[in-house]
Amino acid sequence: MINFNLFVLPFFLGLIYVLVAVGKSWYHWIKALTPIDKVKLSTLIRHPKQALSALKEVFLESLVHRKMWKRNPLLGYMHMSFALGWFLLIVCGNIESRFYSGVHVNAPYYPIFLKFFIHDRLVIFFEVFSVPGFFRFLMDFLLLYILSGLVLALLKRQYSNFFGMKRTSRFQFTDRVAMTCLWLIFPLRLLAESFTAGHYGSGGGFLTQPLGDFLVQLLPVPSEFVAYAMWWGYSLSLGIFFVMLPYSRYMHIPTEVLLIFFRHAGIQPKKWYSSFSDTEVQSCSRCGVCIDICQMNTAGIHNAQTVYFIQGVRDRYVPEEITQKCLVCGRCQEICPVGINTDSLRLIKRRELGSGQSTDFSYLKSDDKPKTAQIVYFSGCMTHLTPSIIRAMTGILENAGISYLHLDKDRSICCGRPLMIAGKDRQANELIEINKQIIHETRATLLVTSCPICYRVFREEYNLPIRIQHHSQFILDLIKTGKIPLQGQFKKVVYHDPCDLGRGTKTYEAPREVLSKVTDLLPVKQEANNALCCGGSLGILNVTQQQRAMITKEALDILLENKPEILATACPLCKKTFATHASIPVMDIAELVYQSIPKPSYSASAQSHQAKSYANELI
Amino acid sequence: MECQLGNQKPPLFLNFTEMKKRIIIIGGGIAGMTVAGALPSNEFDIILIEKEILPGGHVAKWDRLFPSRRPAKEVLDFVQKSMAKNVVIKTGSTITTIHRDQNLFTLHLNGEEPIVGDAVVLATGFDLFDARKKEEYGYGIYNNVITSEELEQIFHEGKKLTTSEGKTPQRIGIIHCVGSRDEKVGNLYCSKVCCVTGVKQAIEIKEMLPECEIFSFYMDLRMYDRNFEELYYEAQQKWGINFIRGRLSECAENPGHSLIIKTEDTLTGHPLKMTVDMIILLVGFVPSPETKRIARMLDLQTGQDGFLLSSDEHYNDNSTSVPGVFLTGAVKGPACIVNTIADARATALQIERFLITGISE
Amino acid sequence: MKNFGYTIQRDQSIDIDQNDRRIVNYLLSLEPSFNLCLGCGSCTGTCTAGHFVDFNIRRVHTLLRRGESKQLKTEMKKCMFCGKCQLVCPRGVNLRNLIITIQRAIEQIG
Repeated sequence: MINFNLFVLPFFLGLIYVLVAVGKSWYHWIKALTPIDKVKLSTLIRHPKQALSALKEVFLESLVHRKMWKRNPLLGYMHMSFALGWFLLIVCGNIESRFYSGVHVNAPYYPIFLKFFIHDRLVIFFEVFSVPGFFRFLMDFLLLYILSGLVLALLKRQYSNFFGMKRTSRFQFTDRVAMTCLWLIFPLRLLAESFTAGHYGSGGGFLTQPLGDFLVQLLPVPSEFVAYAMWWGYSLSLGIFFVMLPYSRYMHIPTEVLLIFFRHAGIQPKKWYSSFSDTEVQSCSRCGVCIDICQMNTAGIHNAQTVYFIQGVRDRYVPEEITQKCLVCGRCQEICPVGINTDSLRLIKRRELGSGQSTDFSYLKSDDKPKTAQIVYFSGCMTHLTPSIIRAMTGILENAGISYLHLDKDRSICCGRPLMIAGKDRQANELIEINKQIIHETRATLLVTSCPICYRVFREEYNLPIRIQHHSQFILDLIKTGKIPLQGQFKKVVYHDPCDLGRGTKTYEAPREVLSKVTDLLPVKQEANNALCCGGSLGILNVTQQQRAMITKEALDILLENKPEILATACPLCKKTFATHASIPVMDIAELVYQSIPKPSYSASAQSHQAKSYANELI
Repeated sequence: MECQLGNQKPPLFLNFTEMKKRIIIIGGGIAGMTVAGALPSNEFDIILIEKEILPGGHVAKWDRLFPSRRPAKEVLDFVQKSMAKNVVIKTGSTITTIHRDQNLFTLHLNGEEPIVGDAVVLATGFDLFDARKKEEYGYGIYNNVITSEELEQIFHEGKKLTTSEGKTPQRIGIIHCVGSRDEKVGNLYCSKVCCVTGVKQAIEIKEMLPECEIFSFYMDLRMYDRNFEELYYEAQQKWGINFIRGRLSECAENPGHSLIIKTEDTLTGHPLKMTVDMIILLVGFVPSPETKRIARMLDLQTGQDGFLLSSDEHYNDNSTSVPGVFLTGAVKGPACIVNTIADARATALQIERFLITGISE
Repeated sequence: MKNFGYTIQRDQSIDIDQNDRRIVNYLLSLEPSFNLCLGCGSCTGTCTAGHFVDFNIRRVHTLLRRGESKQLKTEMKKCMFCGKCQLVCPRGVNLRNLIITIQRAIEQIG
């Protein structure tokens, strides 16, 4: 073989290794899919239109890093320069090499080390318009582009603040080795090409040729020797990087491609640790954007952020403490550039921990049948601790002249989500079955709840053949159909999105629309899918009350920045949590609507007894 | 507004190097008035500042005092009379700023000339806990939930206790520790006087409505002072008040506006549910925002509980880290009237010593 | 303890000397707020399960602190985990974590 040199071996062997390793992983992941998911995947591949849209996402996310750009342009540029730059370098290098070899298929190392083999033509400046000249220019340009990203990466290690990150993820040994190699690849390529170009006085582009000419003059040793050493170094760093890739964070590069295809095929996360979960875990690039936004930081907890949790899952060991230390607020899921279902992963691991204990809910099975009604109101356990919400909801229902059944007026059965979120699905399902039976017996066609926790689980787990609404949606319907007359006070209000209502069920608009009818709704710096958790989350067990208070106070600081008169929310748990620390009244949207309904008889009787409600104070 | 009790009116802003030293007492409740009364008025200029139209503080709104159930007015009158005629009482006055320059304090009141003094006494007392913060108890939501303060007012005005529908209550629940000993509202401390107040009010309701059944829900009954336990004894023996050891968990309303309360009867170990016509919430002490504001202007230290801190809880409980600033009464935390009066008199001695010898401790 | 010779039944009093208090220490190590209870009963009063069945988390909690763990296994199975107890606790006891820890401890004891 003419175009061969011993130094290409590390690269070549490394490449074979990584292809086999990644191929094996892909094979296993696809093989381990459920039969239905396999059908979904093969359907995707057989439909060019859908497959193309998956490919488009691969291009936008894996190469352009669109989500990173949105988060921070510097961060986006850095990621794009590596991913897209390297990708183009490979593609263009391949095309370029064909001009020299004259065949379409070259040995894989040939384009990579092309400048080692081809250096006989001097390309003077105006020859840039010839095809080889153009490629030489292009290849140098791409190399420069990647190197600019490398400079940013080095800076990021030192000054992560400029990249919008206060904290960055910690590295493991394999990550360090792989990263060092990755960072060496491009400077070594630059040096190898430059020295070669300098030695032969030809073959380089606008960057490598002048640099090579300059460097060769400085050398005390024969430049040929140095150039050769550089080619070895370049090949070695590539080879080591490839060998380390499956064991380091860089495995996310090939895995994310598969994940995008899985997602486009409509494959969903399962309740157990499935092939899909494993793909997600391996797709985590450990970029660390989930670190800063995690409210666990506020509580002084810095070891349980999703990136560390996923790292633990990858290493097949997550301390229970870390699995449990999560508000399950879903903020990291919103921000994750790879789109990993972080909450669902946590719950999967919690299920593995907590499924052992048995429960006995046989006491809940009673013979007395509930009454029947078209509309059933389920206030939820927590709402019994915020009676003003119940008062407002029953008031609104009565005002609208709706006959309804308050299903849990006297005593309630938990909806099951608190058990589920602690990883006790089997036990939760017992409660769900009992509740389903009761709801079924009411013959309701619409189930309205005041609690986002209940609302979410009703929607996700109950499979009820009826409409389910959170009261914000229900009230909005009443307003739109003119069932309730409103005389808004238009006080200045900010709205706090409860996690389970907002990120959990994507109900962002209904509460805002309701509020805008009766209040002057002010913006909040972090709202909608970036809203903070109130700190009362049922999703976490092992934090102290003091730590919760820290989270609550920080959230309040942000919510009250625009000096509202009232803090509105749509969750009894958020309401109670905030009320402990808030300096202004905390009210549910149902209360704000209820107080805006003109009620001549009510206010008269209230006055007679010096009623002391917030509602009256505000009127 | 300025009430002048004496004949001559001392000028408020003068070159007073030749003048008597001036003591400014902030707060015209029992504590502030007792300090004013205990200081020798011929030696000092004494100015008492009260934010309300009339002095008297909380006690002026109360009917009878525990444990003897003597009228609150007796004590208030005594304290008021003890003040010398030349004490200047400025009522309806809010302090806008306080400024300390070396050993002198300059107070700016709303729309008046500044007052300069040599010593400042904070007798700003307390606020009562806002029971709306304990939403599950239904205050402000259900009309038949009232606070101990409102009940005291009903007694004071000589009205008959009725439900919001004007009916005579058959059964009343009295809820202890509302806003006290409760991490959920940020108050870990005990308000001390609610236990005995609850027992006193239970007896008073019984006196008014002998047919009414009364249930007191408590965590601990802290009958710490003289004759308190005897009052508890009387409540059980003579008046048949029911005491249930359990903290109220939640309260719901029936269609007829009666209330269902849920708690645990911890002595039997079972959840307990009962219907009552009214509930009375024994609201605890909280530090007032006004006190906190003044404390910030004077750089005074605040304890974990939000009440002000004295130099030493045992032997310098009236002076502060700022020489010339003294604390008295419930500004340092929950206190009953007996303790407040004793504390106020001790404060007077401390101030006198400070102004004569310059020793603040 | 003095044996009078006619005792045929086991002593029914809580015998702190005899009780195995390792479980207390175990629970404390995992949930330090276990110690904070003042026995007010708010938790049991509001308990969702307690309205249907004899489940008294305050009693369970108190018994455990005394080193009594017998017969708690069936009782602990009744908790629905809704978290209302934690929301009303005036001492900020982290009840949901405590319950899950108790369940696990009891499971381990068998």
